[in-house]
Amino acid sequence: MTEADAAPDLTPENRLTAAYLVVALVSLFVGVSLGLFQALEHAGIDLYPWLLPIIKSYYHGLSLHGVLNVLVFTTFFISGFLQFITARSLRIPLWNRGLAWATFWLMTGGLILAAVPLVGNAATVLFTFYPPMKAHWAFYVGLTLVVVATWLVTLTLVCTYRAWRARNPEVRTPLPAWMALVTFVMWTIASLGLAAEMLFMMIPWSLGMVAGTDALVARVLFWYTGHPIVYFWLLPAYISWYTLVPRQAGGKLFSDPLARVSFLLFLVLSTPVGFHHQFTDPGIGQGWKLLHAFFTFGVFFPSLLTFFSIVASLENGGRARGGRGWVAWFGKLPWGDPSLAAQVLSMILFAFGGIGGLINASFTMNLVIHNTAWIVGHFHLTVGTAVALTFMGITYWLVPFLTGHQLWSRRLGLAQAWLWFIGMAIMSHAQHRLGLMGMPRRTMIGAAPYVQPEWRSLLPFVAIGGTMLFVSAMLYFANMLLTAVASREAAVIEVPFAEALSGPEHAPVILDRWRPWLVLAVALIAIAYGPTIIRLVTTTPFTTPGFRVW
Amino acid sequence: MRRGTTIYLYELFWILPSIAIPVGMLVALVVFTFGAGVHLPGDHGRVEPTAVLATPPFDQPGTVQVGPGQYEVRMVSGIWSFAPNEIRVPAGSTVTFVAASRDVLHGLFIPRANVNVMLIPGQVAHVTTRFDRPGEYPFFCHEYCGIAHHTMWGKVIVEPASKADRHDGDSAS
Ligand code: HEM
Ligand SMILES: [Cu+2]
Ligand SMILES: [Cu+2]
Repeated sequence: MTEADAAPDLTPENRLTAAYLVVALVSLFVGVSLGLFQALEHAGIDLYPWLLPIIKSYYHGLSLHGVLNVLVFTTFFISGFLQFITARSLRIPLWNRGLAWATFWLMTGGLILAAVPLVGNAATVLFTFYPPMKAHWAFYVGLTLVVVATWLVTLTLVCTYRAWRARNPEVRTPLPAWMALVTFVMWTIASLGLAAEMLFMMIPWSLGMVAGTDALVARVLFWYTGHPIVYFWLLPAYISWYTLVPRQAGGKLFSDPLARVSFLLFLVLSTPVGFHHQFTDPGIGQGWKLLHAFFTFGVFFPSLLTFFSIVASLENGGRARGGRGWVAWFGKLPWGDPSLAAQVLSMILFAFGGIGGLINASFTMNLVIHNTAWIVGHFHLTVGTAVALTFMGITYWLVPFLTGHQLWSRRLGLAQAWLWFIGMAIMSHAQHRLGLMGMPRRTMIGAAPYVQPEWRSLLPFVAIGGTMLFVSAMLYFANMLLTAVASREAAVIEVPFAEALSGPEHAPVILDRWRPWLVLAVALIAIAYGPTIIRLVTTTPFTTPGFRVW
Repeated sequence: MRRGTTIYLYELFWILPSIAIPVGMLVALVVFTFGAGVHLPGDHGRVEPTAVLATPPFDQPGTVQVGPGQYEVRMVSGIWSFAPNEIRVPAGSTVTFVAASRDVLHGLFIPRANVNVMLIPGQVAHVTTRFDRPGEYPFFCHEYCGIAHHTMWGKVIVEPASKADRHDGDSAS
């Protein structure tokens, strides 16, 4: 094969990815801006009256913050990034570019449909939209269209993979494309709960086709998807950490087979764990909750494997750059590169997020922190940093790649990454401690009549950290915008795919097979969820009426 | 290319702790849960969500003594208050909360007494705790329940063990 055969023109894929990134970053911009108001409110600085023409209440803003940051920004970024990664690492175009664009427009159409009631204060139900709070039907229909569009992304990835496979029957699938495919297959299985909740409950109910609903059934279906969705956000960050960061760090991926093992375990174990979000729900037996706690500890295995693999890869890079000693190699990483700095800093905070996660999952310890500010502190480390800051780090090379313009300012990028790191450490630390002191989450604390004296000394740190985060985010958006419109120097960048010390040829064949893993995943879900879902669906009278309480 | 044994050993070096850590934590968890007898809310039946106020025991919210040192609080939550929202029990009491929601989701969270349960329309929540030290134990609704969610709270007031008891104690000393 000649070089020319191997590298087809992927400019249309670049444009598709750019389109997804634009929607993702606009959503993040609005989302984090509202975060600032929440953080200040906690410290008694209520600026919501200023927002009044548009944002009607703290909870209206919080609904936007949650939906835009964790549902919209993540989904659009991931869809754009993983389709890009797939085409680039397989070195072939997406299977059907028409379908790929139609998918983008369907997702965007769904977003707009959901955004109309959300912005109009007709869906102030937070990003979890638990019934019997009842939003405008367009909110549910719009979000459902976004989910359907993600299934079409899966279809695109599967067909692209098969087209590649037909031409390369004997070769191991390149790691980045393989990981992207696992991520979307996992998500497709995981999203069935949410889809069922929407199609059978929320949409007919909000349209008035059925009179009643049931809060517990809806929660079970929601959390069937609600836990694995965090892996849908996290695995793309892991793809960058496993397959790109080692190269950016000047080294190699430590072990390709180990990376595959960890992703297959995520495929198998991500879903049968959702009851760990419902430990405090009445109506679900304790035994089933314990089983989900067991499986939750099971998913820590691939998480720890990932952590160790990535540290080993970074160490390989640090040593290749002349680093010595047990820890001194860490300083030798190319810290001047904002893409690498942002991602390594996000890994550090993620380690703390992981430790907190072990506590959340610990059944009885969960009673102390469930629905407190601790949880808010926890997921700002995980999705708010490990995912969001890693995605920002990715754009520090991806946006120059796509636009052909050098990053407008490398130093601004570095300042941004460090500011996010420090601001998040401050905000999240305060929230963890406030949670341990019994402060509830999803609450307009500044206006609450019950603020406890011991909370008062920590609340200002939420505002201080939150303000630093906001400034960091604005530096980021400025840098991105200027890169796109004002940067004049041409960028010469290739996608930094890493080689592996132990390569794919060492991976046992079973790791490149699909059926056994899918069967295992479905079997575990049937065991963990089957009996409870069957019992609930057959015994629940769907009689709960809807309420608009905002 | 042959696979170096070093990489292989390295991999094992990472795999083993990755298994050992979760397994260790799991064992600790099981021992702690069963050893200390801590319970999570479980399945305690349903209550018709549109008829909570007509269904015993929720037709008469309040605190009742059900045995020596044993109390039951029958609680109804609704936007944006608890009934009852002030509960008085003597120190040393064991209190069972039997609670339900008559509209949207709410939560019952008593941080200082390790009570944390969701109040889900249609479900009966059941949790038991002990109040040993006199004082005020505030409780909050910790699930978003609408525009005035942050005003939904109450308190358990734990009174020093009754005068008569203390008298006994005094004369004994
Ligand atoms: C400027 C940066 C940010 C600030 C200052 C900020 C601040 C906050 C605060 C104070 C809360 C707690 C609200 C409450 O419990 O009443 C919150 C909630 C939340 N934040 Fe952020 N945040 C920021 C960025 C992010 C990012 C990047 C993400 C995810 C990608 C995120 C996801 C969430 C989610 C999912 C919630 C929970 C919403 C809910 O409970 O319904 N935040 N944020
Ligand atoms: Cu979870
Ligand atoms: Cu509430």
